[in-house]
Amino acid sequence: MNRPLREIFFFAGAIGFALLWTAVSVRLPGPADLRDRYSLAILARTFPERNITDTVSAVNFDYRGFDTVGEEFILFASVLGSMVLLRQAEEKNAKPLPDAITPGRDVGPSDAMRLWILAMVGVKIAFGIYIVDHGQLSPGGGFQGGVILASAALIIYLGHNFDTFKRIMTHPLVEIAEAAGAAGFVIVGMIAWFWHQPFLTNTLPMGKSNEMTSGGTIPIISASVGIEVAGGFVLLLFAFLQETLTVEEEH
Amino acid sequence: MPGMNHLITYTGLGVAAWMFLVGLYGIVTSRHLVHLCLCLTVVQASTYVLLTVIGYRPGLPAPIFTDWVQAGSLAVDPVVQALMLTDVVVEATVVALLLAITVKIHKRTGSTDPAAINVMRG
Repeated sequence: MNRPLREIFFFAGAIGFALLWTAVSVRLPGPADLRDRYSLAILARTFPERNITDTVSAVNFDYRGFDTVGEEFILFASVLGSMVLLRQAEEKNAKPLPDAITPGRDVGPSDAMRLWILAMVGVKIAFGIYIVDHGQLSPGGGFQGGVILASAALIIYLGHNFDTFKRIMTHPLVEIAEAAGAAGFVIVGMIAWFWHQPFLTNTLPMGKSNEMTSGGTIPIISASVGIEVAGGFVLLLFAFLQETLTVEEEH
Repeated sequence: MPGMNHLITYTGLGVAAWMFLVGLYGIVTSRHLVHLCLCLTVVQASTYVLLTVIGYRPGLPAPIFTDWVQAGSLAVDPVVQALMLTDVVVEATVVALLLAITVKIHKRTGSTDPAAINVMRG
């Protein structure tokens, strides 16, 4: 289909969409109506039932935990798919570029900067772990903290510590973490079966509120998600950076 | 102030629709597969705006209980926020998968123009 024709089709559809959208928006129920009841129940019951203060984590890892299992396996499957697609590049034995971000530049960052970056990696990992394991108390949790943990590997790459970067990236533990994180969620969900409860029921003791142990299975699931997200993003980073390291040789 | 509340809601709904259409226009007229993937993220971002607007309640705090927000008190909708925070991370990996496919298409056909690629070629 040629371009002008495509645009005509698009604008015809867009006008129709805009009209329908307006019609729907006007008829949406107000804040006091049906769409609020579920959230009101969550807000009222999270603290008395689960002893945790972050209701978003309660929804994610407990009340709607089964949906999050689905989300997590979408993540797992797309990381796996990317790995399968990009792994074949290894066979070609291409010479790696010294700097994939700016190929023309052959001067690396100074020693002071490399050292500083290595020092920052520790801070970054500590912050990532803090975000993961305080998800039930304050904003955070496995999804956000996992990404922060994975970015610690990226900062090593940016500091030109390529050997360290490659050693971390190709470590078998990364793949194990990715798989174990995904499996951990399901295994924690199966704990409930020992009490003859449905899958993912929060059967562990809820602990004291405002402490890290509060929330029963919530912090455990959050940690398992954090491990999986961190492992997945590290695998993706390496797959893509390896691709940029070898792509120059193709032309 | 009900007037202000309605203004915020309708502005948000309008912004969500606008982002959806702009992203879709980018996909329809795209000449580069990477550009197409980024347009898809714009379309996806429109759902975040939509969910934020649906969960918004005027004057109420975030759904995290602190010393200032008493446990069990009213707050904005936590359900839509939970939907969004998983989706942001999952979307990033799905875009990575699409970009990996783009890399493979470029290697196989030497082109990144969606119109120039015959996907069914063996």
